[in-house]
Amino acid sequence: MAAVILLSTRGLSRHFGGLRAVENVDFDLPEGEIRALIGPNGAGKTTFVSMLCGRIPASNGQITFAGRDVTRMPAHKRVQMGIAYTFQITSIFDALSVRENVELSVQRCLGADRGQLAAASDALLERVGLLDRAEQVAADMAYGHQRLLEIAMGLGQRPRLLILDEPTQGLSDGEIADFIRLIREVARDTTVLLIEHNIDVVMALAQKITVMNFGAIIAEGTPEEIHANEVVQAAYLGG
Amino acid sequence: MSRALTFHIGAIIVLAVLQFILPVYHSGNLARIMVLAVYAMGYNVMFGYTGLLSLGHAMFFAVGMYGAGLSIRLFDMAAAPAFGIGIIASILFSLGVGLLALRTIGVAFMIVTLMFSQAIYLLILYFNPLTRGDEGFVIPQAVRQVAGFDLSDPTTRYFAALLLFAIALLGMVWLVRSRTGRVLVAIRENEERARMLGYDSWAHKLFAVVLSGTMAGAAGAAYGLLFGSVGASFAEVPFSILPLLYVLLGGPGTVIGPFVGTLFMFYLRDISSSFTDAHLLVAGIVLVLLTMYARRGIMGVVRERWAKWLP
Amino acid sequence: MEFGPHLILAILEGLVQASVLTLTALGLSLVFGVMRVVNVAHGEFFMLGAVFAYGVANSIGGAPVVGFVAALIVAPLLVGVLAAAADWLILRRLDHDPERTIVATIGMLYVIQQITLMTYGPDAHPVTPPFNQRIAIPWFEFTDKGLEFYFPWGLSTTSYKLFVVAAAIVAGLGVWLLMARSRLGLILRATQLDRETALAFGIPVQRVYALTFGFGAALAALGAVLVVPIQQAHYLMGGDPLLLSFIVVIIGGLGSLRGTVLAAILIGMSNGIISVFFSPTLAKILATLLVAMVLVYRPQGLFGKKPA
Repeated sequence: MAAVILLSTRGLSRHFGGLRAVENVDFDLPEGEIRALIGPNGAGKTTFVSMLCGRIPASNGQITFAGRDVTRMPAHKRVQMGIAYTFQITSIFDALSVRENVELSVQRCLGADRGQLAAASDALLERVGLLDRAEQVAADMAYGHQRLLEIAMGLGQRPRLLILDEPTQGLSDGEIADFIRLIREVARDTTVLLIEHNIDVVMALAQKITVMNFGAIIAEGTPEEIHANEVVQAAYLGG
Repeated sequence: MSRALTFHIGAIIVLAVLQFILPVYHSGNLARIMVLAVYAMGYNVMFGYTGLLSLGHAMFFAVGMYGAGLSIRLFDMAAAPAFGIGIIASILFSLGVGLLALRTIGVAFMIVTLMFSQAIYLLILYFNPLTRGDEGFVIPQAVRQVAGFDLSDPTTRYFAALLLFAIALLGMVWLVRSRTGRVLVAIRENEERARMLGYDSWAHKLFAVVLSGTMAGAAGAAYGLLFGSVGASFAEVPFSILPLLYVLLGGPGTVIGPFVGTLFMFYLRDISSSFTDAHLLVAGIVLVLLTMYARRGIMGVVRERWAKWLP
Repeated sequence: MEFGPHLILAILEGLVQASVLTLTALGLSLVFGVMRVVNVAHGEFFMLGAVFAYGVANSIGGAPVVGFVAALIVAPLLVGVLAAAADWLILRRLDHDPERTIVATIGMLYVIQQITLMTYGPDAHPVTPPFNQRIAIPWFEFTDKGLEFYFPWGLSTTSYKLFVVAAAIVAGLGVWLLMARSRLGLILRATQLDRETALAFGIPVQRVYALTFGFGAALAALGAVLVVPIQQAHYLMGGDPLLLSFIVVIIGGLGSLRGTVLAAILIGMSNGIISVFFSPTLAKILATLLVAMVLVYRPQGLFGKKPA
């Protein structure tokens, strides 16, 4: 049984001046999958997902999401269609409280009813374990907690595709275990694309792994296949 | 009724009562302050809530003022339709300014607004035969009548100013608690993040500019009709800096702050003018001190220390 | 007067304006380039230069040349020190944050202007030019006898105006030499390129900033000293130079000294020429709209990639 393809790219490229950050990438992501995107630093992973969610425009190629060509669609419309992105470098509303941060992510789907918003936000904060910090100013929290807030804001949008850019960076071991549990739960009704350096997290979560290097996909397969792949090992050892 | 709403309705009631208590000189001042506060509240929509710093807000005030004033002077319109023309002109003009200026950000945005405003000021001078340039013109008392009320009568004028002020103030209370208002704050705090939560930041910023410009224009039109004078000095650079000063002093991003800032600055100027002509000196010193020591302004500090519920 | 002589006159006036504008705009451009600070009080430093020049020239007495030369040295120096102090005491404490700095320099604008009003007064005062010979300029026409030269009435300039142009060229070259060839220039350029790296290499960035701010203001003051024998010193005279410098710096590309000089000549000349033939107000309207449109349609190209 072939799963429905939620997201695909054809010939997707991005050039910065002479630098080919992403070159001619064909990529397919079936609905419901947890996919990990790995590769050495500077392989073009963040550039690639930034094109998917519309933060930066593609130089060439095509992006299809849920059957629609979204290549030229502005970022906020893609987000409205169900692509949520959590930033690699934490990006939250510093001066607002933790609850207000999450409310802003929830209110687009829920509307502005105060009671409903607060309830939905608190439920989310409970899930990521930040409920006891709901009143705190977001910037005052420790870095690891800010990462969790980012994830809560990603979930708050009830996305069809959740893109997580190095979500476990700066989390403690205990928090990482919670994170893995959380993503497994989320993945029941959400497709997840995960950029991750922590190989344990990748192995624990990913159903399939895509490996990028020098702006191109060099391998794709199950965790076992990737583990055994010589090209991948060469890229990591050489890179 | 929420605490915030009670507080602001209370403020309006206090202002209404003050008219009967204060000596004529001070209630006259207060009428002026309320109209200027509407101008400052409009400025606050852009600067305090959305994070857009304009250095040319006088252009919106002037468009409203001249929209109404010229309708009367050139086309013999009555006060009420002239006020309407002022508002419509402000809406269209701020839409145009927004569409152009919002293509820029940061320092470029400030300078673009400054340049547009300067162009408006110079246009007023250039069309001297129509506008009477620097001298300006007077709207005669006979025209300043709405539905049988004489707007030049101090009591009527006070309540007309209070009506405009109350609409703006309660409108702001509603706005900042609305979905749109929260998105504006989100854009101020982190525009990229707001966009990646699915909000059309450009459309929201355009809305902020149009609302802000229209409020400033309404204040301008009202000022002309209530106080009878229309002049190019209301389009000059210093008049663009005033609402910035009011809002910084009163508290950017607070609903009542612009009024508080206007009130303080107005009386600071009033007091200082008794011993020096250089009343702008006070404005300059306050600006420098505020940026150095008190970025949150008066109501910002009040909110932080004592009244977290204050919108 | 016929069109030809009229045009020559306009060009000469334009050249004088362009010279003063070049110095003033160079100051603004330098400050923005190195510090990323928009100094709204720049026009007031120009005004202070003129007022100090009047003060110095008046208190010295004697031959106009002595007073003028003293003013030429003392006024820019004084203004430079004042501006550097303002940077150290105010802008440094704002971390030179772009928005807050703009607001603070607006405050400084009022403080400087109003204190001048309170001390110097609301009247305009002239400074006697050190020399001021009238130089008539010949014009030609074709008659039956062929080409003939004559001196049309009104077509003239003064030796002092020519001196202003020459002095501005010398000062401009001096700035270029300083930026391109000296060690100080190297430090300024390094700070402009990358503040963090400059800091890492042991450049005392805060002191460089104060120096730059002072130097930029001194350039404006120098322009003012040159212009004050032609145009009297008045406490409100800072507005126009500020506006024109903004225009020049934006058209020329912020932080680019060569672009600034080219744009200053272009704007100064066209402003001078347009003002002779058309209404100066119309010229200003066109210039302000031009600047706004350049910023709207080429913001990145002119302001670099620095969102506030």
